[in-house]
This record gives sequence, structure tokens and C-alpha cells, in this order.
Amino acid sequence: MGEIPILRIADCLLVSIQVDMHDQLALALQDDLTRRIVEDRARGVLIDISALDLVDSFIGRMLNNIAAMSRVLDAVTVVVGMRPEVAITLVELGLALTGVRTALNVDKGLALIRGAIDANQRPDARRKI
Amino acid sequence: MVETQSVALALIGKHNDSLLADWIGLQQQVETRGVDPARRTQMVEYSRQFLHELRRSAEAGQSDDITGPDWAPMRELLDSVSQARATQGYSAGATATFVFSLKEPLFELLRRELGRNPDQLAEQTWNATRLLDRLGLYTVEAYQTTREAIIGRQQQELLELSTPVVELWEGILALPLIGTLDSARTQIVMESLLQRIVTSGAEIAIIDITGVPTVDTLVAQHLIKTVSAARLMGADCILSGIRPQIAQTIVHLGLELNVVSKATMADALGLALRRTGKAIVDRSRPAEQGS
Repeated sequence: MGEIPILRIADCLLVSIQVDMHDQLALALQDDLTRRIVEDRARGVLIDISALDLVDSFIGRMLNNIAAMSRVLDAVTVVVGMRPEVAITLVELGLALTGVRTALNVDKGLALIRGAIDANQRPDARRKI
Repeated sequence: MVETQSVALALIGKHNDSLLADWIGLQQQVETRGVDPARRTQMVEYSRQFLHELRRSAEAGQSDDITGPDWAPMRELLDSVSQARATQGYSAGATATFVFSLKEPLFELLRRELGRNPDQLAEQTWNATRLLDRLGLYTVEAYQTTREAIIGRQQQELLELSTPVVELWEGILALPLIGTLDSARTQIVMESLLQRIVTSGAEIAIIDITGVPTVDTLVAQHLIKTVSAARLMGADCILSGIRPQIAQTIVHLGLELNVVSKATMADALGLALRRTGKAIVDRSRPAEQGS
């Protein structure tokens, strides 16, 4: 199995998941992504799952983990492109992914990250810990 | 058996017209709804056909088993009677009365003609009762089948009608919910909302529950599911149309909806416009625009 490519757009990283995830691949992705956030000083991470027609609890947990790790490294994570049937399945499974921000597509996801970065950079902004 | 039955049949044949007149008169008496000329004509026609088929089928049939092929025209007639009455809004009882009300004039006729022979009278009466009871029960069953078909169709129509997703503004969807939310409806509501979020690229969905009569834990659960699914698709939800009683119920039940809620759809739309960076201005007072 190859690895999942991580693309850089300005100060954001774009990850497009298009293959079935398994433990090894998920761990490798977490390694790669955290390393790249630090190296590239990325402020945002976009995870595109529009190619996935099946998201189970394993992938749900992985998304939550990546969001939590990015938050520690001061990057905003947005999951984009979830399909309607996937959303319904996740809700029925009781996985609302409360720790992750979501957007309809990559465009809106980028806009969301811009907004979040701007809000953080305002002088009067208080960082929540 | 065949011979004894034919006595009654012969009597029916002989006194067909007077029996029919008595029967129709009796049906009109029990008819509580206004006597509509069209319905009256229809009833007279059905009654005439019924007597005709009763004679024909009983003569042809070896037994009084109404499920046999000899009784097929009779069953068809009763089917059409039941269907007509079910769609006209008659009750099950009123529909069955069509058959059962024949007993009184028929027994009267038998008593008049066979009064001198008690044994024969009893036997004929019993045979006639048994046959008419079966036909009456068949009528009720046919009525029930028609009613069930009507109810099934209405439920289907209700499901399709009651889940519109409206685009209020560019990027703002509204979902006016009418009626109680059960699992099947929630599924349809959720699917149509998510589909519209994809096609319209909306960022905000207003769920209006003005038409939802009660909110209990199950309905709240379904609302939460819908809101969560929309959020996973990147759309925020605003709940609107919460009546005072429902606000009280939600608090008393200790429900946590975790969603922005507004009392009216107008407030929700205002909030949605503000969030998407739009504003509605009063053009008659342009001076206040900047403030």
C-alpha cells in the first residue's frame, strides 16, 4: 500500500483520502501530517473524504485524533466533502465528530480556515486552552 | 337442502318487486345522511342487482358456500358496493346494513307465506339468516380492504408532501416540519435536506418546528440527528418556531438540543443573513444605511 499524499496550499495542508484506511495507513498518515504541520508551519489542515462512500467508527476516531493533534500544533482541521449517506450513517452510529469542523467542499473549507486564522490573529482574541 | 332452499327462492322471485320496495324503504329509514338523489338511485340499483344476483347465484350454486365460483358475480357486486360506500365516507356498520336490512322484509315475507308450517318456516329462516350473515360479513371485509388501501395511499402521500426543503436565500435553506416526527419521516427529512445542501451549497439550514405538535425525547433525538448530519456536511442549523409550551416541555424533560434556537422563522432568517454577511435595509430611509 502506498502512502496518502499531503499537498500544500499556501499555509494549509490538503489530504485527500481515496483508499480504504487500515491501522498501518492511519498511523502513517498521523505521523506524516504532524511532521508536515511542524515543518511547513501550516495553520490549517483540510481532509477531503468525498471519495469515501463508507466511513466507519475507525475512520471517525482517526479524524477526531488528527483534529486533536492539529489543535495541539495550533492548526485548524476541517473535514470536507462528506457525502449525505455517510453523514446519515455516522449519525446513526452515534459518531457526531463533535471535535472536528466540517465544510461542504474544499473552497468552503479554505474559507473556514481563513476565518478561523483571522479570528485568532486579532489582537483582542483570547486563545482558549 | 336444495329443495327447501328453492322454496324461499321461489318466494323471492314471486314477490320480487314488493320485497325490493320494502327493503329500499327500510334502507332509507336507517339512512341518517341527507337523501341525495344520486345516492338514492345508486342504492336502488344496487338493491335490485343484489336480489337478482342472490336468486341467480343460489339457483346455480349447489351449496351456500359464497366463496365458490357460482357466487363470483355476487362477490363482485358486493365489492363495488363496499368500494363506493368506503369512498363516500360511510361507516363499516352503515355499509353492512345494506345486506343485513334485507332480513326484516325477507323474514316478514317468509312468515306471511309459510306461517302455517312452523317447521318449514324455521328452516327457511335459518337458511336465509346464514346466507345473509355470510354476505354481510363479506361486505364488511371488502369495506375494510378498501379503507386500508385508502389509508395506505394517504400515508404515502403524506410522507411525500410533508417534507419540502425551501431555499429562502442564496445559501440559506428552510425545512418547515409539519406533523409528528417518527423514524421513517426523519430519515426522509434528513435525506432530502442533505441532498439539497449538496446541490445548493447552503451553509445554513433553518429547521422550523411550528407544525410539530409535541416535542418529546424521541422527537428531540430525531432533531439532534438531523442537526448533527447537517453539521457533518458543513451546514449549521438554526431551530425556529418553538412555541412557549414546547420551550417549557424541553426544559422539563431536560433535553439538550445543542443548537441555536429562535422563537420565529423571521428571527432565524435575520440571524442567518447576518452570519452570511448580508443585511436587509429599509430603502425609504437611505440616510440610516451607514449607521
